[in-house]
Amino acid sequence: MKQYFKDIFTSVWTVLIGMKVTFKHLFVPAVTIQYPDVKLKLPERARNRLYVNIDDCIGCDQCSMACPVDCITIETSKSLPTDDLGITSTGHKKRLWVTRFDIDIAKCCYCGLCVPPCPTECIVMTDVYEFSEFDRHNLIYNYSSMMPAQVAEVKEKYSQLEKEQAAKKAAQAAKPVAPVPAGAAPAEAVTKQVTQSQESYPDPSGPPQKGSTTS
Amino acid sequence: MEQLLQHLTNSEVIIYLIIAVIPLLWLVPYALFAVWLERKVSAHMQDRLGPMRVGGWHGWAQTIADILKLLQKEDIVPRAADKKLFTLAPFIVFIGSYAAFAAIPFSSAYIGSNINIGLFYVIAVSSLVVIGLLMAGWASNNKWSLFGAMRSAAQIVSYEIPTALALLAVVMIAGTLDLQEINRQQSGWFWNWFVFQKFPFVFVAFLIYFVASLAEVNRTPFDIPEAESELVAGYHTEYSGMKFAMFFLAEYANMFAVSAIASTLFLGGWNSPFGTFLSGPIWGVFWFISKGMFFIFVHMWLRWTLPRLRVDQLMYVSWKVLTPWAFACIVGVGLWVLLG
Repeated sequence: MKQYFKDIFTSVWTVLIGMKVTFKHLFVPAVTIQYPDVKLKLPERARNRLYVNIDDCIGCDQCSMACPVDCITIETSKSLPTDDLGITSTGHKKRLWVTRFDIDIAKCCYCGLCVPPCPTECIVMTDVYEFSEFDRHNLIYNYSSMMPAQVAEVKEKYSQLEKEQAAKKAAQAAKPVAPVPAGAAPAEAVTKQVTQSQESYPDPSGPPQKGSTTS
Repeated sequence: MEQLLQHLTNSEVIIYLIIAVIPLLWLVPYALFAVWLERKVSAHMQDRLGPMRVGGWHGWAQTIADILKLLQKEDIVPRAADKKLFTLAPFIVFIGSYAAFAAIPFSSAYIGSNINIGLFYVIAVSSLVVIGLLMAGWASNNKWSLFGAMRSAAQIVSYEIPTALALLAVVMIAGTLDLQEINRQQSGWFWNWFVFQKFPFVFVAFLIYFVASLAEVNRTPFDIPEAESELVAGYHTEYSGMKFAMFFLAEYANMFAVSAIASTLFLGGWNSPFGTFLSGPIWGVFWFISKGMFFIFVHMWLRWTLPRLRVDQLMYVSWKVLTPWAFACIVGVGLWVLLG
């Protein structure tokens, strides 16, 4: 019986305490914000949308290999010995045409693993986080600055060079006494290319253009 | 009110129609406002903001947008449902709660039907809601709905007893069941209100009535018929569109009905708390609605404070706590009236 009255008293009392707490909270300023109107400041190292400074990209494919979800697709084409692709801002020599640099940002998991391997620090995570699209295909970002015609031209030129080299090799193989084994010939050609490409030569296609990165 | 209308028109049918529709004209905007208020109160009690965008100022048009959405929704009747009962149930529920408004005195000049057993009628007719709820749960052919309906029936039947007993304490003081007469007896300053008479018996009766009425309208902490976390949504799980809106409207109408009874019997109804200051038929409406809205705010306040009761706890509160204490109040008030 004593417990019965005690229970009633406790329940009434605790309900009143609870009501006091909730009434106080009625006047506490809200902790939520009106998102599109008000935005929280992001931390300095926030990882959001990827950005690629394609001018600095040497097409080494390391970011693509580091990516755990394979959202980066890079295709390159070798340059001619006579082409000069310029140097990156970090002083690296560019040797490959980056014919394709696509990031499927819909797949990206924002881990940031692609950032440290980059030798030229051209792939970075920015603080942009509002990039929703109505069409999923718009989330595939094309960072390559080369036009399709340009890409075709570059590929055509290189395949021509390869053909010439193959012809040379065939001619060498036709000689009965070859001074070097057949496999070494292309390697020699490559070293030649390198030495040759150091000579400056006007680039017909001009430097890769900036932009065309985002949708 | 009736005399005023008689000046305008001769037809009795039109007069009664107008009088019958007035509570509905109040109920619909009130329900829209109360739903918005509920969301705002819940949000601010949880340190959130609630709806903020629709209509500009603090999302005031949110519920209007919601009701427009509900109106456009497809009216789905489950294939296995009992179609007749399923369609009928929301209307029965709403009729049950709306019929109570016939005897509720909004002002000294306006009452739907000035019958001398007003209180008895209100208690009786609001029980019709249970039939509607049970009907909805049974006709849905859904185990959660049926569970919710059964719980609802058990709960409302249990809590009707302390509700009626607590009101009897006031009836004994007033000596009448006529709600207008009960109001008139409480006129003057606020210490004439019945809640401050025969202290503490009527005050305890008032608390019992409030708790029991909370259970009768299925509000938290007595919302086990709808218990979202266990029963999806209880008896209205299968309802969509306008039928669901009817349930919603009935729930809020019920909330106002029990708040109106509480304010009429205990807090002086349409009487001004300050004697003749701001009194009269027009101000009466203001005071009546303010008192009703105060109780509705307390309903919301409790909803966002307390967790849901278990079924056995619910029955314990009704049969072992509220009912004996309501009897004690009746005995106390009865002796006081008899001897004093």
